[in-house]
Amino acid sequence: MTYPVYLRYEVLRNFRNWRFLFLTLAFPLVLYLLIGSVNRHVQFEHVAFPVYFMTAMATLGTMAAVISGCAIISTERATGWTRQMRITPLPARTYFRAKVVVGYLRALLTLVLLALAGTAFGVRLPAQGWLTVLGLFLVGLIPFAVLGILLGHLIGADAAALATGGIVTLFALLGGVYGFQVATSGPVFQIIKALPSYWLVQAGKTALGGHDWPAEGWIVIAAWTVVLVPLAVRVYRRDTSRV
Amino acid sequence: MATTNAAGAGIVLSRLSKSYGNVHAVRSVDLAIAPGETVAILGPNGAGKTTTIEMVLGLTRPDSGTVTLFGKSPAQAVAAGAVGGMLQTGALVEYLSVRELVTMVASVYPRPLPVEQAMRLAGLTEFAERRTNKLSGGQTQRVRFAIALVSNPDLFMLDEPTAAVDVEGRREFWASIRAVAAEGKTVIFATHYLEEADAYADRIVLMARGRIVADGPATEIKAKVSGRILRATIPVAGPPGPADTAALAALPGVTNAERHGEAVILTCGDSDLTLRALLSRFPAARDIEVAGAGIEEAFMALTADDNDDELEKVR
Repeated sequence: MTYPVYLRYEVLRNFRNWRFLFLTLAFPLVLYLLIGSVNRHVQFEHVAFPVYFMTAMATLGTMAAVISGCAIISTERATGWTRQMRITPLPARTYFRAKVVVGYLRALLTLVLLALAGTAFGVRLPAQGWLTVLGLFLVGLIPFAVLGILLGHLIGADAAALATGGIVTLFALLGGVYGFQVATSGPVFQIIKALPSYWLVQAGKTALGGHDWPAEGWIVIAAWTVVLVPLAVRVYRRDTSRV
Repeated sequence: MATTNAAGAGIVLSRLSKSYGNVHAVRSVDLAIAPGETVAILGPNGAGKTTTIEMVLGLTRPDSGTVTLFGKSPAQAVAAGAVGGMLQTGALVEYLSVRELVTMVASVYPRPLPVEQAMRLAGLTEFAERRTNKLSGGQTQRVRFAIALVSNPDLFMLDEPTAAVDVEGRREFWASIRAVAAEGKTVIFATHYLEEADAYADRIVLMARGRIVADGPATEIKAKVSGRILRATIPVAGPPGPADTAALAALPGVTNAERHGEAVILTCGDSDLTLRALLSRFPAARDIEVAGAGIEEAFMALTADDNDDELEKVR
């Protein structure tokens, strides 16, 4: 069964929370508009800055968009709604799928807005390029979507925003979102290459030309997913007590 | 009532226990409820009602003992849509109208009631389009009731369902509960109002300090707990023996007698009658106090013999 009605109302109630949606979408977009407009004609790493910075903000924004499911879940737990649904036949699979879909829709909106802003700054990519970036992002975001659910069932509503903010910043920094690599060789670089955010940045770079997404990227994302999904399911199943 | 573990025997709790730290919330509870019964779990705050209900629903894992619902584990029964309920705490999710929220919950059950019918039974028709965060406490409770109704389960578990509901709302609520009970649904509700338990349950299970202290038809339990408490000091020569307590219990109008040294606590149906008899049989009795027995006092009287953890508080 697919539970379309349940999914519809999950999406609806998340998108009616316009303050939350606005903040999620505004953060990368405003950064892009401010910094992008000032540096419109600058070259960075041999590409036009607006192109480079669009992919950087897309990485940051979509990571934040999917992991922010954490804050919503922890609020639902705090109000007792999660427990109310736990005495219904709602399958864990359906619950997870709905949360992931909502996170992905937020991420998709983020990408669309950034693409529009980029186009306004003169960024031109062939259709093939846009689709490749989009497809790779959807894959690369899986670990962050699952991490959001996992953390949502672990931490309280008061700590959720702080925790996910910190995690996104750390992953972004190590993954190279901010335009520099913490390390480009040695053991630290090996660790960095094992992070999903590094591969999100690489996904963005396919739009810059001359970069591709090797098998290693798929393996890293798959490994994070394989580890995080059972953990999240386990934490969800155990999370039935009063908060 | 005999405890049986036969499959399909309704709801069976067997030696169910749960502690939080060193607080024994539920202690070795045995209970069997037949399909179609309406049972009140009556007890003061901290009696273990909520913990018991949560173990039945599978939300709380017992330390020991088992729960079966219609021959299934709680998780299986919940997955089959056999259970619907109102938990004691729980706000509603926001950004949906009442109708949307009820529809959403209905969509995950295999045999839901029509949404309109559930809302009508819960008295929500006029608030159907209102957002869930714009409701009063009583209206919120009606929505939670509508959620339970729309689930159309075999078992309704209602934890203090009429908290925050006004008199009119309560009357409508119980009328709807009677209607579902008449269809053969099993209803279990927790309350600390004796009147509610007496008026709407076939059977009352009285809980105090994690134990079932009485279980029987509503009228019988009511007589037990609705009297007055008579306290007195009766000097004794030696240590009081069972004969003394028996003599006190035999006084007219006494439903329960306790004796701790010289202190005597009598639970009475007719305290006037008891008082007269007490003074004539025990002329040395002094410091006599007669007080209306609040339900808490009645529970205390019923359970005073295990005062090993008098000060225990269950959250």
